[in-house]
Order: sequence, then structure tokens, then C-alpha cells
Amino acid sequence: MSHVLAGLGWTGRYLWAGWAGLAGIFCFLAVWQAGHEIYGSFILPSPAETAAAIDALAARPDFWTILSQSAGRALSGFALAAVTGTAAGLVAGYSFAAMRLMKPVVTVMLGVPPIGWIVLALIWFGSSGGTAVMTVVIASAPLSFAGALEGVAKRDRQLDIMAQSFGASWAYRLRTITLPHVLSYLFPAWTTTAGSAWKVTVMAELLSNSGGIGGELATARALFDIPLVTAWLAITVILALATDYGVLHVVREAAERWRSAGLPWGVKR
Amino acid sequence: MRQSPALTFSRVGHAFLGRSLFEDFDLAIGKGEAVALLGPSGSGKTTLLQIAAGIVEPVKGRVLRGYRRQAVVFQEPRLLPWMTLTDNIAYGLAARGEGKAARRRTAERLALSVGLEEADFTKYPAELSGGMRQRANVARALAVDPDMLFLDEPFSATDVGLRRHLQDLLIAAARSRGFSVLLVTHDLAEAVRVADRIAVLSGRDGRIAASRALAGRPGERSERAIFEQVEAWSRDPVFGELFSATERAR
Ligand SMILES: Nc1ncnc2c1ncn2[C@@H]1O[C@H](COP(=O)(O)OP(=O)(O)OP(=O)(O)O)[C@@H](O)[C@H]1O
Ligand SMILES: [Mg+2]
Repeated sequence: MSHVLAGLGWTGRYLWAGWAGLAGIFCFLAVWQAGHEIYGSFILPSPAETAAAIDALAARPDFWTILSQSAGRALSGFALAAVTGTAAGLVAGYSFAAMRLMKPVVTVMLGVPPIGWIVLALIWFGSSGGTAVMTVVIASAPLSFAGALEGVAKRDRQLDIMAQSFGASWAYRLRTITLPHVLSYLFPAWTTTAGSAWKVTVMAELLSNSGGIGGELATARALFDIPLVTAWLAITVILALATDYGVLHVVREAAERWRSAGLPWGVKR
Repeated sequence: MRQSPALTFSRVGHAFLGRSLFEDFDLAIGKGEAVALLGPSGSGKTTLLQIAAGIVEPVKGRVLRGYRRQAVVFQEPRLLPWMTLTDNIAYGLAARGEGKAARRRTAERLALSVGLEEADFTKYPAELSGGMRQRANVARALAVDPDMLFLDEPFSATDVGLRRHLQDLLIAAARSRGFSVLLVTHDLAEAVRVADRIAVLSGRDGRIAASRALAGRPGERSERAIFEQVEAWSRDPVFGELFSATERAR
């Protein structure tokens, strides 16, 4: 019974957060509409015009192919960055030498602007999807790296000692003590990364002329079809939000249920 | 027949940052014996316990272990915040690869035996009271069925009622399972109640200043006998150092 209640409470909180988010989105749409009324359709198409353009797009036979092309690039880049960045961060967290070795690499990755990487990737991969994936990986991996590094450094040594006193193996301690702790440092990094993965993918596609949403944006620009531009931009934003709230938020809530467990109703958050 | 001891400190010495804490520390704990280690604050009791449990490597000397399996009850509960109560109690069992079903049975049995309730089994530590966490701490140690139990001021943060309850539980478990005990404590009454023998660590040279056996078996001493023993030792100069040093440290 109490489980049902806890589950209901959890769902309620999730929906409530969604409700508040929806209110924010409507505020944004209002500002957009105001901008449209001041500057006119050629500069800024209205939300309604954009919605109509999206509707027309969705009827196109290649619509889903375009979306899945960009999605494949953004998500594989994100996953690759999350896995390599986290793994490297964990190693660096445990080994001082490894940290010293990797820090400069990460600094370089962060220091070179993404546009610079796109130019390099263009030379290496040409106008294939590789350009987008590589740029996403390079733009995203440092965040996971930093999160994992910080998480390992700030883990609770007292818990580690407790586990050692029970003869827990190194791998078991990593799994039950370090990783759950590091996860709370990784989620914020992944949330940021997931959003930027979409942006960077579209940018790389546009510049490398490799299809996907970016390719469509380039075409729309060439045709001066402004509603089509805002439509593709809106679609990109929706996809980024869906990744964040539809996937990462849900995973995080499930993985970190223990965090909210101690907070009864009415406790200030 | 004389058995080999469960635990022997042999000329153990330790230092932090070049500052020597103790040298040539010797102590033996027999199989099934309960020894309470008292000493002024900062004399190195926690360090000795960690050396005994293999958490800290001593700078000098050796620790001989004649037991198979140890468990430690820490002063703070040290429960994993992301594991439920029963998973926390089963931590030591899981660490040694015991199966899920067996683990849960043992954890639930022990949770009940330390006074936790079935409704608490799936709660996370943040949902438990301080006393409940301390009970879980004790249950986690007993769950691995140790033959050597280390306790570092385990009950100093609990109220009188719970302290008595957990002390009685410890005495009963030690009797029925016959494990050896090394208990670090500040509380002379606790030592007199729970131990077979008490050892007092000197704050000056880090050696055992006194080692006294207690009459009778733990759990069979009357309240009056415990009270009188504490009263008598409080006036003893050896214990005097303990209390004056403790006072000063506060
Ligand atoms: N990791 C460490 N690094 C440096 N010094 C330490 C470390 N651990 C303990 N010490 C020092 O060693 C001394 C003894 O510490 P310990 O915790 O063993 O004392 P204790 O007898 O358990 O004291 P208390 O009764 O207050 O718990 C203290 O002076 C402390 O500052
Ligand atoms: Mg101590």
C-alpha cells in the first residue's frame, strides 16, 4: 500500500514539474508571438505559421528518415562521449598520474571552439555523418570526464573503509559505493551534454552538407523559406527537450529515488 | 587446554606524520574473550582497532590473527544511502558473494532481532531514525557471522535505553555464537558490563597501563556489582588518568 502511495506521489511530482515546465513554454511562445507581431513574417514567422510548416513537413515521405539520421548522429555521439568521458574520468579519479596525463588533453578539447573541430573533422571525414559524431564527442566528453573525476574525488572514504572491513573486493566497492555516488555528478553533465549534442549535430550537418536536420536547414535558408527554418529549429528544440525530460529525467528519478526518500511531503526543497 | 589467541598485537607501533602514537604495544585476545579497550581521547584507540581490523597498516610490529571472519561496528552507522535497510544489513554477505535469497533471509532475521520492524525493511537510511541506523549497523556486523567483532565506541551516540538494549544484544550474541570481542569505549560502566577483561591504554606512552579481569561472566553480573566495580575503579589512579585526560580534552 505504502508503495502504491509512494509511486503515486512520485508520478504526481513528475507531472507537476511537467506542468510548471509547460507554463514556461507558453510564456516563451507569447514572447515569440509578440516578436512576430512587431517584425512581421519575413523576419520572424509566428508560432502558428511554424506549427503549420511542421505539419507540412511531417507529411513529407522522407521526414522520419531525416530525423532518424540526425538522431542517430546526436545519440551515438552522446553515448560515445558519455562512455569514454566517464571511463576516463573514473581512471583519472583513482590515479593521480592518469589525471595529470589527461587534464591537458581535456583542456585542449575544451579550449578549441567546436567550429574548429568541425573544420578538422570535415577534412578527416568529409561530408559523412562522422563529422557530426566526432564533433559531438569532442564537445561532450570533457563534461562527463569532469563529472566522473569530481565524483570519485568526493566519494565517502568512510564508506569505502567500511566495505573494506567486510572484505569487499575492489570491483564490488566500485559498483556499490563509488558509482552510485559518481552518478549524481554525471547526471547534470549528461543533461547539458544531451542538449548540446543536438545543437552540435545540426551545426555540423549544416556546415558539412551531410543531410539530416542541418542539411534541411541549409536548403531552407537557400530558398529563403523562413517558416521552414523556424520549423526545423523548433523540431530540434523539441527533440533536445524530449531527450532530457523524456529519457534522462526519468532515468535519474528512478536511479536516485533514495535521495527523495528522506524528504516527506511539506519539506522545503 | 590453551588455545591460540584470536588476536595478538605483537610490539605494534604507529606514527602519524612522524609523531609516534604508541610503540611496542602488546595485547592478546583469547578465543571467545571480550576485551574492552579504554584510554584517554587521542591516545590511539581507534587507530589500534583499525590496525587490528587490517584497515591501517602498522608502521612497526605485527598483528597475528587467529580468527576466520571479522566484522566491524563503527561509531557512525556508515550505511549506504542508496541501499534499503535490508540491503545494507546484507552488505557484508553480498560482498562475499552470498546468494540473494539467503542474504535476504539472514538480513530480515537480524533486522528483527535488533528491534527493527518489517515495515522498515525497504526504507532508505534517510527515512530511518538515528537509533534505527545504529541498530542496522550492529545487525550488518552480526549478519556475516563473525568470530571476531570489533566495535569502536558503538553506542556512545545512542540514548540510555537503546544503549542498554544493544549492549544486552551484544552480550547475548557473543555468548550464543562464541565470538571474540574488541570493544573500544569511553564508558567504564559499558566496559564493566560487556567485557571479560579491560585494558587501559596510557595516554603518555601508548602502552597498556593496566589490564584487569572482571569477576563473573558478562550478562550474569548484577547491576549492583557493576555499579560497585565502576565506583571502585573510578578512584583507582590508573583510571584517574583516563578521566582527567578526558575532562581536559573536553
Ligand atoms: N589519518 C590520520 N592522519 C593523521 N593523524 C591521525 C590520523 N588518524 C588519527 N590521527 C591522530 O592520531 C591520534 C589518535 O587518534 P585516534 O583516533 O586513534 O584516537 P582515539 O583514542 O580513538 O581518540 P577518541 O577517544 O577521541 O576517539 C590523534 O592525535 C589524531 O590526531
Ligand atoms: Mg576514536
